[in-house]
Amino acid sequence: MTTNILEMRGITKTFPGVKALSNVTIEVERGEVHAICGENGAGKSTLMKVLSGVYPHGTYDGDIVFENETVEFKDLTDSEAKGIVIIHQELALSPYLSIAENIFLNNELKGPMGLIDWNKTNFEAAKLLARVGLRENPTTKIMDIGVGKQQLVEIAKALSKEVKLLILDEPTAALNDEDSDHLLDLILHLKGQGITSIIISHKLNEIKKVADSVTIIRDGKTIETIAKQEVTEDRIIKDMVGRDLEHRYPDHTPNLGDELLRVEDWTAHHPQDSSRVVVDKVNLNVRAGEIVGIAGLMGAGRTEFAMSLFGQSYGSRISGKVFLRGKEIKTRTVSEAIDQGIAYATEDRKTYGLNLIEDIKRNISMASLKKLENFGLVHDNEEYKVATEFKKSMNIKAPNVLVKTGKLSGGNQQKVVLSKWIYSDPDVLILDEPTRGIDVGAKYEIYTIINKLAAQGKGIIVISSELPELLGICDRVYALSEGRITGELPIAEATPESMLKLMTMEKPR
Amino acid sequence: MSNPSQVPTTESIQAGGNVNPPSNKFTERISHVLADLGKNGIFIALIAVVVLFAILTDGILLRPQNISNLVVQNGYILVLAIGMVMVIIAGHIDLSVGSVAAFVGACSGVFAVQWGLPWWLSVILSLGIGALVGVWQGFWIAFVGIPAFIVTLAGMLIFRGLALVVLGNANIGSFPAEYRALGNGFLTDLFGEFEIDPLTLGVGALAILILIVQQVRTRRGRAKYGQDVEPVVWFVVKLVLISAAIGFFAYSLASYKGIPITLIILAVLILVYGIVMNRTVFGRHIYAIGGNRHAAELSGIKTRRVDFWLFVNMGTLAALAGLIFTARLNLAGPKAGDGFELEAISAAFIGGAAVQGGVGTIGGAIIGGLIIGVLNNGMSIMGIGIEWQQVVKGLVLLLAVAFDVYNRRRSGGR
Repeated sequence: MTTNILEMRGITKTFPGVKALSNVTIEVERGEVHAICGENGAGKSTLMKVLSGVYPHGTYDGDIVFENETVEFKDLTDSEAKGIVIIHQELALSPYLSIAENIFLNNELKGPMGLIDWNKTNFEAAKLLARVGLRENPTTKIMDIGVGKQQLVEIAKALSKEVKLLILDEPTAALNDEDSDHLLDLILHLKGQGITSIIISHKLNEIKKVADSVTIIRDGKTIETIAKQEVTEDRIIKDMVGRDLEHRYPDHTPNLGDELLRVEDWTAHHPQDSSRVVVDKVNLNVRAGEIVGIAGLMGAGRTEFAMSLFGQSYGSRISGKVFLRGKEIKTRTVSEAIDQGIAYATEDRKTYGLNLIEDIKRNISMASLKKLENFGLVHDNEEYKVATEFKKSMNIKAPNVLVKTGKLSGGNQQKVVLSKWIYSDPDVLILDEPTRGIDVGAKYEIYTIINKLAAQGKGIIVISSELPELLGICDRVYALSEGRITGELPIAEATPESMLKLMTMEKPR
Repeated sequence: MSNPSQVPTTESIQAGGNVNPPSNKFTERISHVLADLGKNGIFIALIAVVVLFAILTDGILLRPQNISNLVVQNGYILVLAIGMVMVIIAGHIDLSVGSVAAFVGACSGVFAVQWGLPWWLSVILSLGIGALVGVWQGFWIAFVGIPAFIVTLAGMLIFRGLALVVLGNANIGSFPAEYRALGNGFLTDLFGEFEIDPLTLGVGALAILILIVQQVRTRRGRAKYGQDVEPVVWFVVKLVLISAAIGFFAYSLASYKGIPITLIILAVLILVYGIVMNRTVFGRHIYAIGGNRHAAELSGIKTRRVDFWLFVNMGTLAALAGLIFTARLNLAGPKAGDGFELEAISAAFIGGAAVQGGVGTIGGAIIGGLIIGVLNNGMSIMGIGIEWQQVVKGLVLLLAVAFDVYNRRRSGGR
């Protein structure tokens, strides 16, 4: 008999073409708070999905031992029955139902006739709310309370299921400081009541505050588990990034021109909660021919910054100034931004970038139909010609340009998106996660295209959650944390360690 | 034209006859034809329905008078179908068109009969009222952001009610002759009386000529830009078949009363809106919005503005449909336009429009409308009661969309 509540041994999980987890081993002691640390895409969330049964037994290799008993979960309900509850980044609450209804969702308290006993439901909910320190009426609707309180409701819901092991996936990513502190205190408080927690996070101070031990995962492998006394920021960062930067990026000699784009004091607030600052006085500039990176962890406000700049597609109460070649420009609508020479290729090409039921040709022309207009009519054949030229120059793999973009692979879809924006002939291209979800070969091609565009004198901003990618292709990098630029380094001085330090730098409290 | 068509013809005959080396070109052509047939499944469906009812009605369906009636009876539905398919492509729906048609019909009655305004002024004012109705609905949908289903459901009630208010619980009838011509006038006897109207035949011949010239030009243009074009044989066969259909149609009209005014209106609308949807920036934006609204927005398309004008357009076309219907009955009544919205929506969906938006064509909607028209007409000739007609039409709509969904799943689309 060990004191471990959980042991995951030799967990290997492969997706078609990708090995997400390889021989991961992790041991969690009863009654501790165990942190799991790793870069985006390192495999943390996959590991937790294996543990909670989202990926059922049989779809992975390795053993899970929970309370000294080998378990084989078929789904979430199975793992919850054993007392393992996972709280995801995106909260799974129904906004129009009350707090009490959400707590007992799919676990309803029934009276003698099989009908829901509302008095008991609200009474029990109130008791649970007291345990998590949330002073709200159980009948209040979820939509009427803030994200921080919603997080507490999730925990109350977990407690209602008699949780033994609570898993929190980046619980403070969307919270403000006060709510974060409260949440961390609650985790420690629950620990006092004997509840073991696993917390996934890359915020180093909060790990140091609550965790008894830290396991670091990188590229789907466990690097090491460090006990509380030995935890230092440097050690965690070194473990998280310590990979070899091979020749995965094409050579690039910058040929810098004058300043092309300058953004001053750019600030944007959350679209629904306009008191929450999401982008906080961002200042940056891009020169002609320069590739500038923006690095930031999830929730740092990278996409929010780019989209608020691009025709105010995100946010509320946006303020700040944009200068193009020293002249102030307005980018209040997307078409205004495009007309001024700014293009933004989204991180989520399927939802925001492409019309998947339309062909390559019409997707490429979508943002620049005016160029093809002749006496009020769109010149069909010219459009075909332009698209065919792009297909050739961008190496889009398809029989012809009449193929629907929904049938293309991720890499080729991304090339269509890039073609669309290159055809709009912008001065500045903002590329948000340009290589997300595409294979290594196509990534190299995309990098080559980016280099070519820079060589033509365009200014490029690359937003990426993959640090090695930014360090491999950029001339200069900004670090973004909690909506603020926390530092700016020329590529020669940027190392993964120095960047990660900037990216995790929190607001002075 | 004869030259390029002849050379490949002999080639293809040789290729077909040559069994020994399996000719890639030939199979390629066959697959091209099959793909074409698949794409034009709706057209084949129309032919099948026509043939079926021609047999079931012992040829009455194809008699000159009946063919003329088919056009005139379905004109207003086809006008609505044009606007409806555009609305559906953008991912919306309009339930109010029947009520709007009734409301505008009633207003036109007030203008032309009660106030005695000249017919042309009444028509212009009525179309203006339709546009204003569109402005009203478009405002709520595009700028306030209320789903079109709700706004037009409300519109269905509002404008039905307003129609009754305008009519004051009575019918308005006896419209001036020029006004009536919108619904049941004919362009005929301009060159004196003949057994078979020469003008109609001439227009038919002209239509065939224009079609051929236009098709050949499109084909040459595509070839010049290195695009795939269909095999010449198939191209010619298609042209001949379509020309024959137009010829038969023109001959039928000529041997009855000539060209219905409704048909002229329709032909102009189909031509103009076909170009709008295929070749103008506005049309492209409609498809882009229906295909992926977010992507369209982030490509700089002013989605709200497009939505707004779509409904203004729909309102105007609904007004036109109301005028044609009123003119045809020579009566503006409270029951006018009842169920028009359902027939127009059915036409769009039978014609291949997708429920999620982004897909559909003006031509498809027109053919869809014609299929419904032939079903109505054929079953009426056969003496089938209205109750069973509804059942059959409902089933046809269901099967048409089911076929479409099945096809899309098979081809691996979304």
